[in-house]
Amino acid sequence: MALVELRNVSKVYHLGGEEIRALDDVSLDIEGGEFISIIGPSGSGKSTLMHILGCLDSPTGGTIQLDGTAIHDASSRELAAIRNRKIGFVFQFFNLLPKLNVLQNVELPMVYSGLLAGERRQRAMRALQLVEMENRAKHRPMQLSGGQQQRAAIARALVNDPKIIFADEPTGNLDSHTGEVILELFRKLSQEGRTIALVTHDPEIAAVTPRRIEIRDGKISKTVDSKLAGLDRMPTATRATPNAN
Amino acid sequence: MNLLNAITIGLKEIWAHKFRSLLTMLGIILGVSSLVAMSALVQGMENGMKEALIAVGGVEKIRIDPEDIPAEQRHLEDQAVGCTIHDVYALQRSAPLIKLVTPEMRGMGYMPVTRAGKQVEWASVIGTWSSALEMNEHIVEHGRMFNALDDENAWNVCVIGTGIRDQLFGSPEEVGREIVPIGESISIKGQPFRVIGMFQHYESEQERKERELAKSQPKHEQTGPARRRGWGGRTRGGFVFGWKNNTVYMPLNTMWVKFRQGGSGTNTVADPRLSALYVKVADVELMEPALQQARNVLMHTHKGIEDFEFETQESWAEQITTSIRDARMSGGMIAAISLLVGGIGIMNIMLASITERIREIGIRKAIGATYGDVFIQILVESVVIALLGGLAGLLASFGLVQLLGALSPTENTPVITVAAMAVAFTFSAAVGVLAGLVPAFKAARLHPIQALRYE
Repeated sequence: MALVELRNVSKVYHLGGEEIRALDDVSLDIEGGEFISIIGPSGSGKSTLMHILGCLDSPTGGTIQLDGTAIHDASSRELAAIRNRKIGFVFQFFNLLPKLNVLQNVELPMVYSGLLAGERRQRAMRALQLVEMENRAKHRPMQLSGGQQQRAAIARALVNDPKIIFADEPTGNLDSHTGEVILELFRKLSQEGRTIALVTHDPEIAAVTPRRIEIRDGKISKTVDSKLAGLDRMPTATRATPNAN
Repeated sequence: MNLLNAITIGLKEIWAHKFRSLLTMLGIILGVSSLVAMSALVQGMENGMKEALIAVGGVEKIRIDPEDIPAEQRHLEDQAVGCTIHDVYALQRSAPLIKLVTPEMRGMGYMPVTRAGKQVEWASVIGTWSSALEMNEHIVEHGRMFNALDDENAWNVCVIGTGIRDQLFGSPEEVGREIVPIGESISIKGQPFRVIGMFQHYESEQERKERELAKSQPKHEQTGPARRRGWGGRTRGGFVFGWKNNTVYMPLNTMWVKFRQGGSGTNTVADPRLSALYVKVADVELMEPALQQARNVLMHTHKGIEDFEFETQESWAEQITTSIRDARMSGGMIAAISLLVGGIGIMNIMLASITERIREIGIRKAIGATYGDVFIQILVESVVIALLGGLAGLLASFGLVQLLGALSPTENTPVITVAAMAVAFTFSAAVGVLAGLVPAFKAARLHPIQALRYE
């Protein structure tokens, strides 16, 4: 069984009497350990898909299984617990709490899962080491560069050892060089066996992932899977990865 | 998230907005301190009102007066003996709910108290037992009270109040030093008496404060012809104290033998009837059974003739209770309104605070905060503001009470009670909870995506 199973999921909004189908009958599987990108222009429904996958929103139709748990009809309390334990988020605008220092920000998910202070500290430091931010632990987010903030945010996403990490335009607010460093970090995490879903509008960024799903008008319009196409067996130089060194 | 975390977050949030939090707390500080200070003032007032009641012996003291024989028993008039010393012994023996019985006998007619041409304007000359000390809350400061031997021999000894001393020997204010006339001789209705004791000076707290204030200020010289300025000035705040200071006590037998010899001739027996007798009940809660017991005993000794009546201080006590309740009510109302205003201030600032923290709430929810987590966080913050304000208010109330004392030095001293502080603090906590409910509800109910997208 796949880690995530979407079956005929749709999300319908009603805006001023008009029906808007943000997601229209989407079915999708994400396997454990996969590195996948969801790509589409703005307004395509990719963010809605990510919110539903990330338990931030509920679908109006269809079923979703995450790690064997049905989440399409879970209560908000259960969804909060799933977000806390099984999901990590990385946002475009980092979304660190400005009043807390880096360490406290990274500890925050564990505060809500009820871990004791000592263990929180230990695990937060380990996560910061993973993203090479351990020497910035006492800094406030405002004292850090964008790339450093995003790495702290990734540490926060990792700290509860989630089943899947959603990254919503993680490089959208960074210069291209820093963006590449962040993407490289994601790739490294993927090689360590983590499941990562990258949401972006940029095909070049999406190209770092083996599988790419294109969303257009609330439907999956195209799926590119380099494994199925045998592209992963090609020499690295000829792969369609931009500057992936 | 546990409560400790929530409190830590709340304190951090308050610290991050020090000035704003201080202004918010100010409402609670004012509310709590005015509640405590108001209650302290009322407590001082109550003490002032009660001190006169306590000075006459308290509510537990009951006076038994001889009374006219009721009309339907008029034909038994020659059987009626009136209140006598036998009533006292009977009550002591047979009325266990009464812990103290004291007889009181006054002289026949006017009893002038004089010495070396000076006469006391008004004196209460009473023959009694030494238990009158306990009955009427007297304290012998100089010399001694008369004893059983003085009584047995009907010696001419007396114990006087400071008012008598002031008029016969001179008051400390006039003379410049306190005269203690122990061993001196005074004359009561022409008979020489030796002063063996003097009571302490009784005065209300207000009088004492006025006297002390007058001492520190330059002496006010009276202008114009020499004159007495009347009673008003000295006895304000309770005639009780003036009355106690103008007491002359002598042994009961002395009064009986020396001043109750009616008529002439050698065989006449002195009138043995008492002017009144006083009893103290053992327990104020058992006032009515005690009265019933006393009545039963007296009906027996009076052969069924009801020529006596009871007089208690219940009405006085009730009057004090009523006026204190009224003062509490009006003061409490004002304090409650200012606490309410403080609570509205907290709610207002919490609503503003969650509006500027919508994004933070979105982030917290995205990483796993539940409805309850957010609710508790906001509520705890509100309660922490209220409790800090409450604590500061308790401290401020001490200053406020000092200030009130300085503004009116002769009023009764306000007394801060622990109960008032506990009530005020509890109210501030309750206000914090109430003020936090709506903001906490609004914050907890935010949708994570909308909160995350909020700019």
